Amino acid sequence: MLMNLFKFKGGVKPPTNKTQSVGLPIAIAPLPSKLVVPLHQSIGGMPRPVVQAGDKVLKGQLIGEADGRISAAVHAPTSGTVVDVAMHIQPHPSGLDALCVVIEPDGKDEWIDRQPLDYAAMSPEQVREHLQQSGVVGLGGAVFPTHGKLTASKTVPMEEMVINGAECEPFITCDDLLMRERAEEVVRGIGIFRDLLRPKKVLIGIEDNKPEAAAAMRAAVAAVGEDFAVIQVPTLYPAGGAKQLIRVLTGKEVPAAKRSTDLGVQCFNVATAYTAWRAIAHGEPVVSRLVTVTGNVHDPRNYEVLIGTPMDELLKLARPHPDTDGIIMGGPMMGFLVPDVHVPVIKATNCLIAHDDRLFPPKAPEMPCIRCGACAQACPHELQPFEMYWFSRAKNFGKTQEYNIFDCIECGCCSFVCPSRIPLVQYFRFAKSEIWAREREKNAADQAKTRFEFKQLREEREKADKAEKLAKAAAAQAAKKAAEAAAAAAVPADASAEATPSASGPAPAQTSAVPAVDAEKAAKMATIEAAMARAKAQREAVQPKNTENLTSEQQRAASDIEARRVAAHLIEPEPATPAGEKTE
Amino acid sequence: MFAPAPFLLKDVSVSQVMIQVCVALIPGIAAYASLVGPAILVQLAIATLAALAAEAVMLRILRKPLAMFLTDGSAIVTAWLIALTFPPLAPWWLIVTGTVFAIVVAKHLYGGLGQNPFNPAMVAFAVSIVSFPALMSQWPSVGLQLGLVDQMNVILGWAPRLDALSGATPLDAMKTALNLSDGSFDVTALLANQDIYGNFAGRGWEWVSAGYLLGGLWLWHRKLITWHVPLAFMASLTALSGALWLYNPSQFASPLFHMLSGGAMLGAFFIATDPVSGCTTPRGKLIFGAGAGLLTYIIRVFGGYPDGVAFAVLLMNLSAPLIDLLTQPPVFGMKDKA
Repeated sequence: MLMNLFKFKGGVKPPTNKTQSVGLPIAIAPLPSKLVVPLHQSIGGMPRPVVQAGDKVLKGQLIGEADGRISAAVHAPTSGTVVDVAMHIQPHPSGLDALCVVIEPDGKDEWIDRQPLDYAAMSPEQVREHLQQSGVVGLGGAVFPTHGKLTASKTVPMEEMVINGAECEPFITCDDLLMRERAEEVVRGIGIFRDLLRPKKVLIGIEDNKPEAAAAMRAAVAAVGEDFAVIQVPTLYPAGGAKQLIRVLTGKEVPAAKRSTDLGVQCFNVATAYTAWRAIAHGEPVVSRLVTVTGNVHDPRNYEVLIGTPMDELLKLARPHPDTDGIIMGGPMMGFLVPDVHVPVIKATNCLIAHDDRLFPPKAPEMPCIRCGACAQACPHELQPFEMYWFSRAKNFGKTQEYNIFDCIECGCCSFVCPSRIPLVQYFRFAKSEIWAREREKNAADQAKTRFEFKQLREEREKADKAEKLAKAAAAQAAKKAAEAAAAAAVPADASAEATPSASGPAPAQTSAVPAVDAEKAAKMATIEAAMARAKAQREAVQPKNTENLTSEQQRAASDIEARRVAAHLIEPEPATPAGEKTE
Repeated sequence: MFAPAPFLLKDVSVSQVMIQVCVALIPGIAAYASLVGPAILVQLAIATLAALAAEAVMLRILRKPLAMFLTDGSAIVTAWLIALTFPPLAPWWLIVTGTVFAIVVAKHLYGGLGQNPFNPAMVAFAVSIVSFPALMSQWPSVGLQLGLVDQMNVILGWAPRLDALSGATPLDAMKTALNLSDGSFDVTALLANQDIYGNFAGRGWEWVSAGYLLGGLWLWHRKLITWHVPLAFMASLTALSGALWLYNPSQFASPLFHMLSGGAMLGAFFIATDPVSGCTTPRGKLIFGAGAGLLTYIIRVFGGYPDGVAFAVLLMNLSAPLIDLLTQPPVFGMKDKA
């Protein structure tokens, strides 16, 4: 099939160093003395341990339960005894510890009861659920739980499914060997993904330095009777980056702020497809993976390795030279030196490289940037690394963001070509982590501010509520007094009542009616007064008055006068605050 | 602990870059030496020694690692550009003054390697031509054949500065003649003077320019420079000179004359392409090169100086940060939005 390929800008051609480790077929690594299985091996929620020290486990038995939707289960890689569930150092540059299940193998490597499934008979939701429970995650390095990528978008039709067999990093050959030896299972795994996502096209991208793998995949595609296109892409690091491979195969550029599915593309690694097939068709959860063991060793080779195998035990199989002084996990472009040689192989471990100064000479001292622009020409995301470097160095992080530092995928192309030997990627990681830290600090400060403002608001509201209550009480008192005064005034009114021409009916009736009308009036007035008092109280809350802080006698005298004046209808009633409460 | 990823690095360094720039200058230097004699090689040596000495002193004063920076080759490139743009029989102290000024003021006082906003060699040229206009305009007359000893005597000031030393460059001679003649001379008549002019431009000078062109193309082939600046420089120079030449061929020389005269080729491939003081974005480089080409023509034809490359490049250096800011290319995935 002839296909028009696209190009991505930039990229570099480091020596591939792949031939060393492809000479021998995949070997099964022997059972190690112990397995240290970290629970957190994928992006997302940290699985909860469901075993404890002393438990007997079988190979494939659940030991860590997925926590939330984006999380994947973890299983015992072999049968044996759980000796500990404890913190252990992780294969991560930070050298931090994380919770691990330590298993002592019993040597029998006895499986759980494996249930092959017919996924055609299952609902898509069941398939996704099964993949999550089988611990299937992206084995290209990102370890994103695969089931989370297998729901087709409702808004954007799925155009292309890109299968990543590019394997662009030097030294790494595990995907190459997988495709050479187990192509049919890879193709069947891709079939599962295809059936769930229903893309119009399936494009399998393999760098053209792996002709054997491409041939094997083509044969398998034909044998299985699929219509997947196996496409050899030019060998150019980082052609195996998801966004770069999507660009090469489809011409689409996925911006940093978007997902490929927004553009109708989804991407999976070949090894992920393989594990998905094993999980569905054989009922085998992910308990092992292929790892290239190479570098400064006598026998570079690919091994099928149980997750949790200590790296030093694995490296020994390839017989490292005595001057080996470290282990790189991953490739030489994006990998890292593990903080401790005993750290375990995890699902993200695709390659171990024995490090020495001959293969990786110590770097020359860093020189000033001469703005030659080689980094900008090498950047596959078309950034201006030297500008980002100036501003990272100056800690002008706002400017680094203006130059799109978060589009950087840390592929290392810029550092690779820099004649001044500036560790550019390190500067960018520094800037990113500083920006994140500041963001967190800002969020914390914002939260504190919100809390403080809410507290102020609450206090003000409480104060206002209290003032209102007081005002109501005062108004009620005033109303009572007004009613009493009205009752008192009703007596002379009775005398004049008979003189009123309009007045009719018996006088006793009148005498009883007048106070009733007055009481009604007084009640109405009291309501109005209360409302006015509330308004006044609110004003008073803001403005201090010279009538504040009076003694209780003054207060009483004032309220008596006030009551009399009200009674004489000289003024509107003033809500006198009860003296007892005023002095508090 | 080891340095972090990437663990593999391309075999490149600043000194490799600078050495390749020097290598690329060799064809031009060879043609130049055959034109004016071994004096130019003496000037290259004087400038190199002065530059390294000034560099060493400044590094010591600024407490920077001596060995690392002295061997980076950047001072040598500056020195060579100075030697190649100053008159070949200029007195030794003029070359030394210019070189020391370039290294001390234009480079180190601005922060050293990678920090200078202006091309140090062009700063030296501008300062010298403003300070010593007579000496900077005295070029050996064409056909003046002095041996190494005589040339050394002139450079070291042991011999009187002969009249034959105070010629003009073919470019300058053309401008002066055209200005003086007030229309009575025309370009074709002047070019017919085969003592001064060869097939396209100044006799012999055209081969020097061709040498720089060859070296420049090699730099491009080695990916040490991109095509943007030289092409834009040559295109704008050709466009402007071509337009005026078509308008009045008797008063304005042809584009080919301008391309192969003075510092046009050296400027297009070796000076305007200086990454430190130039533009870095592709569109910025095009603007930078085009601007330098236009200004070169305007200054050399209408201005008061024999050639315009130095001032043109310095003026563009001044604008480079702004041009870069305004010409940032869109990043991956954002092209339709830019």
